[in-house]
Amino acid sequence: MALKQSMGKRVGMSAAAWLIGFLIFFPILWTFLTSFKSELDAFAIPPKFLFFHWTAENYAEVQSRSNYLLFAYNSIVLSVGANIVGLIIAVPAAWSMAFVPTKRTKDVLMWMLSTKMMPGVGVLVPIYLLFRDFHLLDNRLGIGFVLLMMNLPILIWMLYTYFKEIPVDILEAARMDGASLMNEIVYVLTPMAIPGIASTMLLAVILSWNEAFWTLNLTTSNAAPLTAFIASYSAPEGLFWAKLSAASTLAIAPILILGWFSQKQLVRGLTFGAVK
Amino acid sequence: MGSIELKSVRKSFGAVDVINGVNLTIPDGAFTVFVGPSGCGKSTLLRLIAGLEDTSSGQILIDGKDATNIGPAQRGLAMVFQSYALYPHMSVRGNIAFALKMAKQPVDVIDQKVKRAAGILNLTDYLDRKPRQLSGGQRQRVAIGRAIVREPKAFLFDEPLSNLDAALRVQMRLEIGDLHHSLKTTMIYVTHDQVEAMTMADQIVVLDRGAVAQVGSPLELYNKPNGLFVARFIGSPTMNIVTGPSADKRGAATIGIRPEHLQLSKTSGEWSARVRIAEHLGSDTFVYVEGEGVGPMTVRAEGEAELKPGERVFLTPIEDRLHKFDKDGKRIGA
Repeated sequence: MALKQSMGKRVGMSAAAWLIGFLIFFPILWTFLTSFKSELDAFAIPPKFLFFHWTAENYAEVQSRSNYLLFAYNSIVLSVGANIVGLIIAVPAAWSMAFVPTKRTKDVLMWMLSTKMMPGVGVLVPIYLLFRDFHLLDNRLGIGFVLLMMNLPILIWMLYTYFKEIPVDILEAARMDGASLMNEIVYVLTPMAIPGIASTMLLAVILSWNEAFWTLNLTTSNAAPLTAFIASYSAPEGLFWAKLSAASTLAIAPILILGWFSQKQLVRGLTFGAVK
Repeated sequence: MGSIELKSVRKSFGAVDVINGVNLTIPDGAFTVFVGPSGCGKSTLLRLIAGLEDTSSGQILIDGKDATNIGPAQRGLAMVFQSYALYPHMSVRGNIAFALKMAKQPVDVIDQKVKRAAGILNLTDYLDRKPRQLSGGQRQRVAIGRAIVREPKAFLFDEPLSNLDAALRVQMRLEIGDLHHSLKTTMIYVTHDQVEAMTMADQIVVLDRGAVAQVGSPLELYNKPNGLFVARFIGSPTMNIVTGPSADKRGAATIGIRPEHLQLSKTSGEWSARVRIAEHLGSDTFVYVEGEGVGPMTVRAEGEAELKPGERVFLTPIEDRLHKFDKDGKRIGA
């Protein structure tokens, strides 16, 4: 059904949409612009929008002061690694809940979601002490485990809703056709669920990439991802706006590019099951 | 070979008994239709035979061998689902070949069998298409093709035509009939549509609340329903049911008379009635009337009956086509 709207209303709506879009995007744009300013221009009042002396020296400085590649490497290993392990656990879990539900399945799902409701700071001290005693501080395995546990409920929930959308008839048809459980998974369910698995993975990687609370508290250098890299530029002795911006731009660029190219999948992932 | 026997088969979901002790023999090569109103357990019974549900008690024998506890894949039956249940990511060829691939048949054998099935079902030009590029009727044919290539002991159809439009349904009905004729394989067909049941079946099993109400050929059920439930369910339009003096007079609690066995007259007859509406089908006219003392009735008049709403008519049942039932709704007499 097409809603008929007057020209004026449509122009107004478009303008409002662009304005809101610009407001949301502005911090990222400002960070990007600031990263090319000198430290002096960075906090000039009135702010300089486009007419300042463009310089790439912040990037050079950031590069020479800290090892961007190590942080980036950690970010990739942690966010991708933790979620691959997560998927290996979440796929069978979501599967059994979607296709062989019991009376308690809904309760289990709610319980898993409830673990996301507690603020992380509530368990920071015990986890920190455990990590210290087990020598897991600043350890990729340790922080990876935390990221995995953090995302697991989301992974299972999202996959569960995806699997719920797959008609059980098709799996039963495969069973009638003589497929073993393994063949059913490999030849029928997985190919049908690939879009769901991909967008779930994508969202989980973005969440892990941006996770700052645990990564800042449990890592320092060896296992520290890009969040720690950014934080290292807001030092107690003073903020270096331009360098902080350069570091931030470097840190968010990979995930921003990934998100841009996969936005279609992402939107589907976020709104899946909302209609129909 | 493909005879199927059910012995005291029960199925409960929690406290709800869906199938209450069904005993049934489905002879080899027969076209058997399970029919009944929704919720009567006909689909559940089919799924029990398929092995997609486990029985709560009782036995299922396929070709005389106990199949109660073996998985769906080992029973050698093929099923066609209401939703078609095609594999959306596979081509028509892939869909039809899937079962053969699972059975690890050689590639050239698979290819040959797929081509033959596609030939039978007029799908040869569509082998490389995906299910979403096919029409409803074509999808249904692919689902049937998927069943054919396995050369099963029996075909199970779960309301396969209910997603098709009326014209296509009639056509597919004929095609399934032809298929049964040429393959001579046992077929079990579930439907809630008694016209489908009447036109296709060698043997109809009427189910009512999880139990078999009556088993018989279409004409047996039409001519000698063993009770009110079957009498009402088989035949279209529905049988007229009359209680009171007219029934007492004939020594029954209830009498039933089919619309085509009522004689319509404008001058005299047993029951007087007023016309509510007349449906002209060309070949017949269905006349819905309000009978005095006997309630609403349907009459089938041959040809184009000239009747107007409000007009007085008289109805007389053809005595030897009357069905008599006792106070428990059971048939009286042969």
